[in-house]
Amino acid sequence: MKPLARLALILVLTLTVGAPAVRAGETFPPTTAPAGMTFIPAGDYAPLLRTKDEPERTPVAAYWLDIRPVTNAEFLEFVRAHPQWQRSRIGPLFGDRAYLADWAGDLELGSAVPADAPVVRVSWFAARAYAKSAGKRLPTTAEWERAASAGFTTPVGASEPGFSGAILAWLGRPTPSPLPAAGAGRPNFHGARDLHGLVWEWVDDFNTAMTTGESRGDTGLERNLFCGAGAVGARDLTDYPAFMRIGMRSSLQANYAVPNVGFRCARALTPPSSDSSLRDSSVALRP
Amino acid sequence: MKTSHPLRRYGALLNLAIACGASPLMAAEGTVLATRGGVPLAAHLPVENAIITDAPNVPPPITRRHAAKVVVHIEVREVVKRLADGVEYTFWTFGGGVPGSFIRVREGDFVEFHLNNHPTSKVPHNIDLHAVTGPGGGAASSFTAPGHSSQFSFTAQNPGLYVYHCATAPVPMHIANGMYGMILVEPKDGYPKVDKEFYVMQGEVYTAGRHGEAGLQPFDPAKAEDERAPYIVFNGAVGSLVGDKALQAKVGETVRIYFGVGGPNITSSFHVIGEIFDTVFLEGGVMPSQRHVQTTMVPSGGSTIVDFKVDVPGTYVLVDHSLSRAFNKGALGMLKVTGPENPLIYSGKELDEVYIGQASDAGYAASKREAELMKEREKVIAANPEVTNLTKEIRMERGKKVYMTSCFACHMATGEGMPNIFPPLAKSDFLNADKDRAIKAVLNGLSGPIVVNGKPYNNMMPPQEVSDDQAADVLTYVMNTWGNDHGEVKAADVKRVRAGNK
Repeated sequence: MKPLARLALILVLTLTVGAPAVRAGETFPPTTAPAGMTFIPAGDYAPLLRTKDEPERTPVAAYWLDIRPVTNAEFLEFVRAHPQWQRSRIGPLFGDRAYLADWAGDLELGSAVPADAPVVRVSWFAARAYAKSAGKRLPTTAEWERAASAGFTTPVGASEPGFSGAILAWLGRPTPSPLPAAGAGRPNFHGARDLHGLVWEWVDDFNTAMTTGESRGDTGLERNLFCGAGAVGARDLTDYPAFMRIGMRSSLQANYAVPNVGFRCARALTPPSSDSSLRDSSVALRP
Repeated sequence: MKTSHPLRRYGALLNLAIACGASPLMAAEGTVLATRGGVPLAAHLPVENAIITDAPNVPPPITRRHAAKVVVHIEVREVVKRLADGVEYTFWTFGGGVPGSFIRVREGDFVEFHLNNHPTSKVPHNIDLHAVTGPGGGAASSFTAPGHSSQFSFTAQNPGLYVYHCATAPVPMHIANGMYGMILVEPKDGYPKVDKEFYVMQGEVYTAGRHGEAGLQPFDPAKAEDERAPYIVFNGAVGSLVGDKALQAKVGETVRIYFGVGGPNITSSFHVIGEIFDTVFLEGGVMPSQRHVQTTMVPSGGSTIVDFKVDVPGTYVLVDHSLSRAFNKGALGMLKVTGPENPLIYSGKELDEVYIGQASDAGYAASKREAELMKEREKVIAANPEVTNLTKEIRMERGKKVYMTSCFACHMATGEGMPNIFPPLAKSDFLNADKDRAIKAVLNGLSGPIVVNGKPYNNMMPPQEVSDDQAADVLTYVMNTWGNDHGEVKAADVKRVRAGNK
């Protein structure tokens, strides 16, 4: 075979294998979206940091994602229905001293906490319990990053002028108080709002942010983030917002309640039987 | 102990108080890492809270002669601050200012470090103190989410002046946003005593806008990557050390500057205009490494200690002598020294006169030859009237220019004047009758009743502000235009009439 022909064949094979198959439920929604959620089509996620054994791109299945972060009003209803997650009842293992500390009381937001603003100062445990009570779950890092990589008008934000700059500008501004309403931001290509520019968001596997093959489980989990060493093995050294998100996630522990960390929920296209989500163990986890 | 310095006295009192309540083990010099009954000896050290200061201030020298456990609290805050006039920037700070709080401990001290990340911070931070021996210089143990606090401890084993900084990725952004400062680990025997100590750090700010572009400026990662900083400043802002904020000293005092470079990228050619560093502790070490230094190089993430005595009053300018940074980007500060003049050391300006220039020998010969030729030319000109008196045509053109500036408004471009108001110059019997009277009219003006070409005029012409040449030229122009008598007025005539005026 002539070299050119060989090249062409390789190209064709690569394209065939690499192209996502167009099937219902992967590139377009199989059903009407659940209330308040939007369809994130199948795609992939290129982690900023990975070990040499991990693939450059991780496939991400299609899923439903909340259009906006969970609000104070919604979380208030949750703690009303599940009192074990109220401020005075949560133990330090599940929410530190800052848990809902800006609320006026267990069941009272107070004037400084707008009902429509995203709920913050919630622990990962609490966010997870909320999601399960709603028949949802927290998105994984891959799912969240996959959705958040979209621009406003195209599937790839990085190639939209001003997209990364706007995220950096947000990073460069102190957190406003009170926070603005959740969902007021411009929808992205997939219809999700405020993935950038409002609050950080919990993801289900936040604590794997800095895990590497060699240091898994050891105390040097975040060692690669220091100084110039933070750049070793990174996919894109100029993706400062991605570094920031990884840094943020890896600074957290599951009981932390941080003034600018909220969450939104996700759901698989075909959820497990509704029974199992309602009998969720975490919701009933409290002693 | 000589304790003439008030701060030293204060420090001594403090230490005395600490010593009184302290365990007898405090005197165990340099044995902090040892243990007693399995308990680290540090646990028995006297405890004191570190005195930390904002730049350009430096905490007082340490006067105690033993190790202590020093507790340091630094709060990380993200604050909008002035970068230059009309320009703001969201600085990330260790303690609220840029550079971060100055920390002063003694060699062998056991430091308990608390890093508190303010709840309003956007991102997590940590601290890498170059004075720490251990993973990340403390960064491994101080990664702290917003609204959280981390604690770690270390022994200050190595004396010297050390930079500290945030080491969270992307670290160039954290440092460019202001997250750097210095910790001084005084050698056991201290540094030589000086009268004034100052804390100055250089760093770059990568704003999206050009230097001076107004408003709250976001960070520009592309500029940081290319190391193209619109701002390179001392102590966090353009003008942080000028005017009322200039460093102050008195004649005869010894001044020490603890100077560091936060970077994140650019090194400094540190220089004080008009001073020579008597002693430089190169790279912030403990040995006087050189004397009589003009400019000392300070790496990014490095430091220097410079000592000098100020002998004469005036303003001494601190610069990065890579001078575009001082002139265009802000790396400039001032030290104002007050006190009596000392003309033996520096006279001030004694003379200001014209200087011809010496240049090279060849140049000197050329200028001599030029002067000779100039003289010769003057002689030739004086001997040749054709050269000195321009031809009438040229003089008329020049005169026309004067006329069209000074005369035409009344006498009109045609020389006709205005009936009954301004007399005509065209075919003017009055003009042609008396050349000197015409010259006088130009120089002195003319008022009162006159008769021109048979018609009476009674008005006032103001004197004209013209040179002898201009008067001669304009009159010659008028006399040779509009049917006049082709007379000619020379500069010498004007000069004579003007002289006669007096």
